[in-house]
Amino acid sequence: MIPLREIAFARSGDKGDSANVAVFARTPADYAWLREQLTGARVEDYFRPLGVGAVVRYEVPNLAALNFVLPHILGGGGSRSLRIDAQGKTLGMALLELPIDAPKK
Amino acid sequence: MSRPLKIANACAFWGDQPDAAARLVAADPSIDFLTLDYLAEVSLSIMAIQRAKDPAAGYARDFVDVVRSLVPFYHSGGKAKIVTNAGGLDPGACAHACGEVLRAAKLPQLKLAVVTGDDVLPALQDQPAAFANLETAASLVPVADRLVTANAYLGAAAIAEALRAGADIVITGRVADPSLTVGPCLAHFGWDSTDYDRIAGATVAGHLIECGTQVCGGFSTDWLEVPTPSDVGFPIAEISADGSCVITKPARTGGAVTMQTVKEQLLYEIGDPGNYLSPDATVSFLTLSVDQVAENRVRVFGATGRAPPSGYKVSATYRDGFKAHGQLTIFGHDAVKKARRAGNALLHRLHAVGCVYRETSIECLGTGASVRGIASRVSEAQLIETVLRVSVAADTNEPVERFARAIAPLVTSGPQGVTGYATGRPKVFPIFGYWPCLIERAQVKPAWRLVA
Repeated sequence: MIPLREIAFARSGDKGDSANVAVFARTPADYAWLREQLTGARVEDYFRPLGVGAVVRYEVPNLAALNFVLPHILGGGGSRSLRIDAQGKTLGMALLELPIDAPKK
Repeated sequence: MSRPLKIANACAFWGDQPDAAARLVAADPSIDFLTLDYLAEVSLSIMAIQRAKDPAAGYARDFVDVVRSLVPFYHSGGKAKIVTNAGGLDPGACAHACGEVLRAAKLPQLKLAVVTGDDVLPALQDQPAAFANLETAASLVPVADRLVTANAYLGAAAIAEALRAGADIVITGRVADPSLTVGPCLAHFGWDSTDYDRIAGATVAGHLIECGTQVCGGFSTDWLEVPTPSDVGFPIAEISADGSCVITKPARTGGAVTMQTVKEQLLYEIGDPGNYLSPDATVSFLTLSVDQVAENRVRVFGATGRAPPSGYKVSATYRDGFKAHGQLTIFGHDAVKKARRAGNALLHRLHAVGCVYRETSIECLGTGASVRGIASRVSEAQLIETVLRVSVAADTNEPVERFARAIAPLVTSGPQGVTGYATGRPKVFPIFGYWPCLIERAQVKPAWRLVA
């Protein structure tokens, strides 16, 4: 297993109480691998400790990216959340720590 | 074939680098437009509080300082025009303050305009049943009497009309962030309001630059490789008549504009990339391409658009209690165990004297608390230091004030090795609930006027 960050980069942002994390493959071959490995269910499972709702995954092949929308993951979001990360700034970095199987050579 | 329109962003949020605008036009005097974005989701509620104390303070006063900082540029013949949402709740007052600066600087030839019509608070107060929450579908009725602000995200049309009428500085309230960029494109290229593909391209350009340095290497995954982080450049979009653009930054600035920085920013705060909703067009990001054409120059082309949604999105806020966060640093063996015990003791004592909170939290920073339960490399027992962060929220002010006074005594009643208490008592903040909803276009009347 390798951390996702070895084959991808990412960015997260907030919308109200929801957040998105976009994950970008570093190579075209790795995009195919990510599409297979990094399912919405897997991301939902990973973020469950933060109380995430049903994760939606969008494929963005022209950017070799997957965009995950994570509902209700911010403990109320913006002004309301008591968390140190009320705006999901850390979620991209967190997802890049996910252990996944290394792509087959 | 006209040359590309150069639109730079000089402010990504209320509190961004105040000298960015002056530095941008000094580095590249051929910039046609500066856009400055001051309004996050709940910024208007902060302006509402400011205005309650001082009726003249319902806008981002920082922008007046930006105008002052550009006086030498305009004196030396500089031409860059400005489009900004710094007007907040009161674009007229913002324009008045800017006008005074320009008059005092003997620059009366610069024309100011305001865009209004975004304030829809009366509509929400009159008919709360019609404005269900876009995220939760909840009814607005139970919170309608606590509404503070309600503003529709206006589009680019009124900005473009003000520019066509000769405005040099256009000050708006709430508009969609990319519309600050689309407005100048409509005015400059003469696009029709149904030129959706071109508008889509300009919307993408606006989206890319609206967060300032974030597209030039700021916030990037590989930030350790970003050059000269002390001076990350603010972005410039060079937009062509077909709506495509090149994203770049001024020469001799730090940061980088690469395929990676542009791709990261393209999907920042995006939901469905096939349906990016703006009041000017519904945009698909799925058709666009990104190409590094030179060092620090990335071309973005091929975005496609179609008609915008039939209603405007509204961002409303309502009063929803109070909160405070307190922090102390705990050093020594079993630091995390001690921090949790101290945090629990603090909350226990407050409960014992009758304080009622609707929510509390104890976080130990350094343990992976930002995403607690997900990613941590080191076991808590191995940490020799942690920052204890305790937070409370309540419906009323009083128990939160009690909390703010109860933190410091942990220095003498808590474990040995507590420090980091010199910053004083935590501040009590009002909580503003965020209420996104939709309003029919017919209920909103965007307007603009030149300000004498």
